[in-house]
Amino acid sequence: MSLLSAEGLSKSYFIHGRRVPVLMRVSMEVAAGRVLAVLGPSGAGKSTLLRLLAGLEPPDEGHVKLCGEPIQAGHPALALMFQDPCLLPWLSVRENVRFGIRFMGLSGAESQRRVDEALAWVGLQEVADWYPHQLSGGMAQRVALARALARQPRVLLLDEPFSALDPLARQALGALIRRAAGEGIGVVMVTHNVEEAIQLADEVLVLTARPGRVLLHQPLRGWEAPHLSLRQALELAAAGRWVSHHAPAFR
Amino acid sequence: MQWPAPPWPPRSPGPSLEALYHLIREGVLPYHAGVSLRRVLIGLGLATGAGVPLGLALGYFPSLERITAPILQLVRTISPLSWMPIAVIALGIGDRAVIFLIAVASVWPILLNTASGVRHLNRNWLWLARSVGASTPHILIHIAIPAVWPQLFAGLRMALGIAWVVLVPAEMLGVSSGLGYFLLDTRDRLSYSELMAAILGIGCVGLLLDAGIRALEACWRRSGEGRA
Repeated sequence: MSLLSAEGLSKSYFIHGRRVPVLMRVSMEVAAGRVLAVLGPSGAGKSTLLRLLAGLEPPDEGHVKLCGEPIQAGHPALALMFQDPCLLPWLSVRENVRFGIRFMGLSGAESQRRVDEALAWVGLQEVADWYPHQLSGGMAQRVALARALARQPRVLLLDEPFSALDPLARQALGALIRRAAGEGIGVVMVTHNVEEAIQLADEVLVLTARPGRVLLHQPLRGWEAPHLSLRQALELAAAGRWVSHHAPAFR
Repeated sequence: MQWPAPPWPPRSPGPSLEALYHLIREGVLPYHAGVSLRRVLIGLGLATGAGVPLGLALGYFPSLERITAPILQLVRTISPLSWMPIAVIALGIGDRAVIFLIAVASVWPILLNTASGVRHLNRNWLWLARSVGASTPHILIHIAIPAVWPQLFAGLRMALGIAWVVLVPAEMLGVSSGLGYFLLDTRDRLSYSELMAAILGIGCVGLLLDAGIRALEACWRRSGEGRA
């Protein structure tokens, strides 16, 4: 059963007085314990899709449901992680993690327990009192992941979490994300990196160039040459070719 | 009959420094400086109390800024000293008129710096805050205010400078104490060495106040290493 589902999402923005469609009739779903990688060329609306899924912006058309309920910004079962770790520089690591659950109405003891657990989960208890400028890029992203996981979400939305990381930090963060999925969290990960998608994802969703439409939404299992097929799909997407919702040619 | 010419310009700093020493020793300058400081601090407090919330609102809600921009620019460009007659008519002669003028003069750097700080907030911080369930007041308290501290401190330093400049003419509004009054008094008594001493005193107190704000900012930075 899907944890998070979107049906017919469309979104456009007014830029210089002109209506620019960014997403068009995008449908997708993610189940518990599955990692869905969202790929597409620049400007395909991947980050917009993530904001719609998080309830941060209303779609022009369509709807998003989380556990069968319409999504709302700040839903406790959902956590979001950005390309930039987005740590607040005036807060320590511990306080940054606590910020993720600050508005959930938890007791002090429960907050403390969740923060400690999340920091232990990403292996950063020893730097709990450090400040963001004292962290490496990889550590900062792990703090951001701890902040997301402290919410004990059922769905984790990741917006290009690896783009600013070195290979070792990517590997470490990737392992943590797979571990989170192993614990039953549904993950939607926006990326433009085919390798990352293949290594981490169970399913891929490829969006076409603007306006983003679903070119492909398939499980990765059973693909004979996933790298090649995904690259071909991305080339088609960049060319703006809209094939179909489920394109068997890529298997 | 010809009046003797006053000893001006002074030929050496000696008499002024001597007068400064005596004025400090006899408690005259500290008394007037204390009165002026109290007025400046109250005026600055009022300016901060009005400027910070208004700056937060203008920075956070661009539509509000667009609507109010012409009025604010119009009021801002009026010299604070132009308000002198209105201040006297509305508030009478005394502390209240002086404090009003200081507040009117010093509110702008605080307001504009705060608004600019909020406008340039990292957009992702706002997305993050909304994604964890923060409301607009939460965002203002937990994100905007801590994030604009550096701009606010810069605005406070500018405001302090302006307040100190406005103080002297404002204290010529019929008050009987304060550095501005004392300056006028020394001129009327033709006591130029005391006048120079008062000017030196005004400069020194301004310098100390600026150092105080900078020390406060340094303290704030040290209290959270992340701000460094």
